[in-house]
Amino acid sequence: MIATKTIPDFSLSPHIDQVGIEERASRFTKRSIKNETKLHGLMLALNMIDLTTLEGKDTEGKVKQLCYKAQHLHDAYPGLPTVAAICVYPSMVKTAKAALGNSGIKVASVATAFPSGQAPRDIKIRDTKYAVQNGADEVDMVISRGKFLEGEYNFVFDEIAAIKEACGEARLKVILETGELVTYDKVRKASDIAMYAGADFIKTSTGKISPAATMPVTLVMLEAIRDFYYKTGKKIAMKPAGGISKSKLALHYLVMLNETLGEGWMNNEWFRFGASSLANDILMQLMKQKTGVYQSANYFSID
Amino acid sequence: MATTEKRLEVLKTYKIYIGGQFPRTESGRYYVATNSKKENLANVCLGSRKDFRDAVVAARNAFGGWSGRAAFNRGQILYRIAEMLEGRKTQFIDELIKQDATRTQAENEVNLCIDRLIYYSGWCDKFQQLFSSVNPVASSHFNFSVPEPTGVVAAIAPQGDSLLGLVSVIAPIIAGGNTCIVLASATKPLCAVTFAEVLNSSDLPGGVVNILTGKVAELVTFFADHMDVNATVFCEADTATQKMIKEKSALNVKRVVLYDKVKWATAAGQSPYFIMDLQEIKTTWHPIENIGGAKAGY
Repeated sequence: MIATKTIPDFSLSPHIDQVGIEERASRFTKRSIKNETKLHGLMLALNMIDLTTLEGKDTEGKVKQLCYKAQHLHDAYPGLPTVAAICVYPSMVKTAKAALGNSGIKVASVATAFPSGQAPRDIKIRDTKYAVQNGADEVDMVISRGKFLEGEYNFVFDEIAAIKEACGEARLKVILETGELVTYDKVRKASDIAMYAGADFIKTSTGKISPAATMPVTLVMLEAIRDFYYKTGKKIAMKPAGGISKSKLALHYLVMLNETLGEGWMNNEWFRFGASSLANDILMQLMKQKTGVYQSANYFSID
Repeated sequence: MATTEKRLEVLKTYKIYIGGQFPRTESGRYYVATNSKKENLANVCLGSRKDFRDAVVAARNAFGGWSGRAAFNRGQILYRIAEMLEGRKTQFIDELIKQDATRTQAENEVNLCIDRLIYYSGWCDKFQQLFSSVNPVASSHFNFSVPEPTGVVAAIAPQGDSLLGLVSVIAPIIAGGNTCIVLASATKPLCAVTFAEVLNSSDLPGGVVNILTGKVAELVTFFADHMDVNATVFCEADTATQKMIKEKSALNVKRVVLYDKVKWATAAGQSPYFIMDLQEIKTTWHPIENIGGAKAGY
């Protein structure tokens, strides 16, 4: 629990210059990345992926298949890293945990009435505890955007703190759903609230709302993490999710991460990509680098 | 304004055609197209392998929609292309004349292109019947074979002429439901870019035809070895390059089609067999009940 005296007045969260942040974010896309660096970058990005399936039609079979894929991304390319984690609904945690065994890949579970978050707090806490008891290493919660937009910041803060407590040992990712927060100012404020309330990760989106992760919004959150680190000395991890499906874009994010937070964050303990189709695109790029031939999606596993 | 002042002509920028858009080449390079009198005709994009890669992505995305359309509708769209070409005839004739053709030759070439599009427009929903079959089998199955589009086709248009070769190669590819990336003639590229404008105003979905300009020698390897391309069409008689294409195409078992002996300006330059060159035959065994011991008869 965080001592009350360290909690700042969130109405004083810095305002974000929209034009400036978008301009700054677009600069990161103009870095020239040469072959060897690109190769390392792609490997790193692959290792940072939370391979995700969050659909109403998910079955145990689908989750098992995804877990197999997480461990055998593309066997034609020896020496590939695995992804960081598998991200599923609470009902699939047990299946995923069993399928992943001792591979070292973590199981992340969404909770708290994902994706809307429209449920009473006791249900959200039970949802979280259910996921943790089934073996989830990480919990992805959604904030109550309605309450946040109403200005009920204390409610949002308390809810995150309560879920953090329910998580126990599991690391907590707090999804802000930036697509519903509308302005960068609100994203910044929500990031500050989440970090002070005990988040281990802040995460952009559920992937169910468009726009999902964008570079400017991620930059706002990375800067919030940086400021929080300078003030408290505590590192918070970042997870952009949704809409990142191309390797090139993933490399742009890594450039942004490195130039904003530095090398200390350049690993999958402190940065993740929430994505389902990014892995295949990276694999296709890696195979292109290896064989010199442009690749086809037909030769890569779908899930 | 002094009326004696000569008006400065606005010249067209010849760009490439990818996914229904007209981008410049990603590489930023260009070359100067000239005619036999060494007059500069235009600065033309010198396409790169990345342009080709982008075009393959566009063609692959367009394939599902195009191949899934009713064959009749594909025919309507090909007819529409012919209509648009008819309407812009003079522009093509002018460009052909700039590129060394006489007026009569130019007119004949454009007319033949329009007729050829109408020809393939008609074939769109008819070649299937001609090349399908119901096969006699000895078990209680209804067994039939039908042609289906190969997929994404990478074609290098005949380098000797500006428009006729290009149209004669593209029309049977798309009539059969494939999508394509076509490299225009390097020495006579003007009509290809203008033809892309015709395609763009003909209800043809973006990405079905992608037209690049550039050097054959630089790009041909990628046409042959890209894993997401299902067939390569090559029209030159250069045996070394033909061999290279065949070898590289083996990588993902691409269909290789060589048209080095075809005379496009003659009647032999059009035929439903050109459509069939880029079709796969799918045979289906459909189980049926053998009612009362009666023979399956069709």
